Amino acid sequence: MLEVRSMSKNFGGFTALNDLNLRIEKGQIHALIGPNGAGKTTLFNLISGSVPPSSGEIVFLGKKITGSRPHKRARLGIGRTFQNIRLIRTLTARENVMLGCHCWTKAGMWSSFFSSPIRPSAEESEIRRCADGYLEFVGLGHRADMWPHALAYGEQRRLEIARALSMEPKLVLLDEPAAGMNPQETQELNTLIRRIVDFGKTILLIEHDMKMVMDIADRITVINYGQKIAEGTPLEVRTNRAVIEAYLGEGE
Amino acid sequence: MFSEYTESLFIMAGINIILGFSFYFPRSAGMFSMAQGGFMAIGAFISAALTVKLGMPFYPALLIGGIVAGIVGVIAGFPALRIKGVYLLLLTLGISEVIRIFFLNFSYTGGVAGLGGIQLHTNLWNVYFTVAILVYFFHRLAPTRMGRAIAAIGEDEEAAEMMGIDLTVTKLQVFGISAAMSGLAGGFYAHYSLYITSDNFGVAKSLEILLPVLMGGTEVFWGAILGSFVTTFVPEWLRFIQPYRMMIFGFIIVVMMILRPQGLVDRSLVSSIGLRLRSIRLLWFPRPAP
Repeated sequence: MLEVRSMSKNFGGFTALNDLNLRIEKGQIHALIGPNGAGKTTLFNLISGSVPPSSGEIVFLGKKITGSRPHKRARLGIGRTFQNIRLIRTLTARENVMLGCHCWTKAGMWSSFFSSPIRPSAEESEIRRCADGYLEFVGLGHRADMWPHALAYGEQRRLEIARALSMEPKLVLLDEPAAGMNPQETQELNTLIRRIVDFGKTILLIEHDMKMVMDIADRITVINYGQKIAEGTPLEVRTNRAVIEAYLGEGE
Repeated sequence: MFSEYTESLFIMAGINIILGFSFYFPRSAGMFSMAQGGFMAIGAFISAALTVKLGMPFYPALLIGGIVAGIVGVIAGFPALRIKGVYLLLLTLGISEVIRIFFLNFSYTGGVAGLGGIQLHTNLWNVYFTVAILVYFFHRLAPTRMGRAIAAIGEDEEAAEMMGIDLTVTKLQVFGISAAMSGLAGGFYAHYSLYITSDNFGVAKSLEILLPVLMGGTEVFWGAILGSFVTTFVPEWLRFIQPYRMMIFGFIIVVMMILRPQGLVDRSLVSSIGLRLRSIRLLWFPRPAP
């Protein structure tokens, strides 16, 4: 469903990504792993369109999206979360999720004259229903009216997932969703991600928690120094020599 | 109802509230605009020229002034799209000066001599009616799709764009609407002061309007209202210490910026007030649970 073709990205003289090819199949959990600074988040930014590539192209659902703006890609069905949580501080948890519904709704500024908190417009109540649904889905139904910064760290991460899901995306990019979570929370997150896939979504995941990745991923791509060094099922990757070298250093 | 003096203060406060809104609105979308003084000049000169030179009735002239200012605002908004922070401040400052100098040299609206002979049309009722409409607009906008989009852009433009928000369209709309608000305020101002020159507008005016908004707070529109009242009335109350009043006023602002940099009213204050007023709390924004 998503294809990244010979993608390169240079920042000044620094090569963050070098001739990277990636293919993500529908309905899979595809994990992206690699040491810090390997270029994983850069790849996410290239896919969601916040930075332009130096060369290469991206094809999503058979359409070239290389030059299109981030909001167009969001509307095509690419949703994402951020490594450093980027919830909107001045919006409540529910409103943050409602924000995600922006990309499939239409109401302009003028129509706000005809929608009130007491008697919301049809679209507004649909947005609200959708947001409440996803809040419930990630287990934050009871936190809907709280400010995001009042939530626990793990809850903020789940709130970001709810916001990404409310965009009704086909492909969900999760950037280190388990960072800062305890083992039990990670376990719950695993279940959550599986349920997301059961709903027919495809997931591209960056994660440092190896146990989680090995547990959950259908396919793993390993990146180091901006290059793909291995790809395969968790079992294949675990026994791959190049991967072991990248993580543990070269053997004698 | 009031003495003439009090009434004039309230009218000036009302005009300042409209101007305050026109600063608050782009600010809420993360844009720091200094061009509002210029847009105000457009509204003032066009509406005044229409009533004085063409004998047009006040209200259509006021509306046309606002609409023209809005159109210029959208055009001026294009270069402002990709620019942020201090650079946007300088760019909008430039726009403001371009407009001011244009009216300084445009002989049809009086040029250097300014435009006089304007009839008094501005009163408490039409100013505060406009304020009421704008309050209604902002109040309704906040809990809707575009309101959330604007809040998101104001805080994290990049994330907002990846949530599917069209930055170009939204920002141009905000810029245009805020320019139209400035234009309306300019029209009211012209038909109240009865004589306008381009010196009334421009950067100095922009700064003068910016102050109350920053003081009141830019998170919610209530801040612009409170700020405009404070900056209109407090210097008047301090009149008994005549020579030092602006100094003391300045001092109050410095202290406030240290103690409460987000301004007097922020969103958590509004929501906690909303929580207390349980009976009408649904009218307010959604609030955090206690």
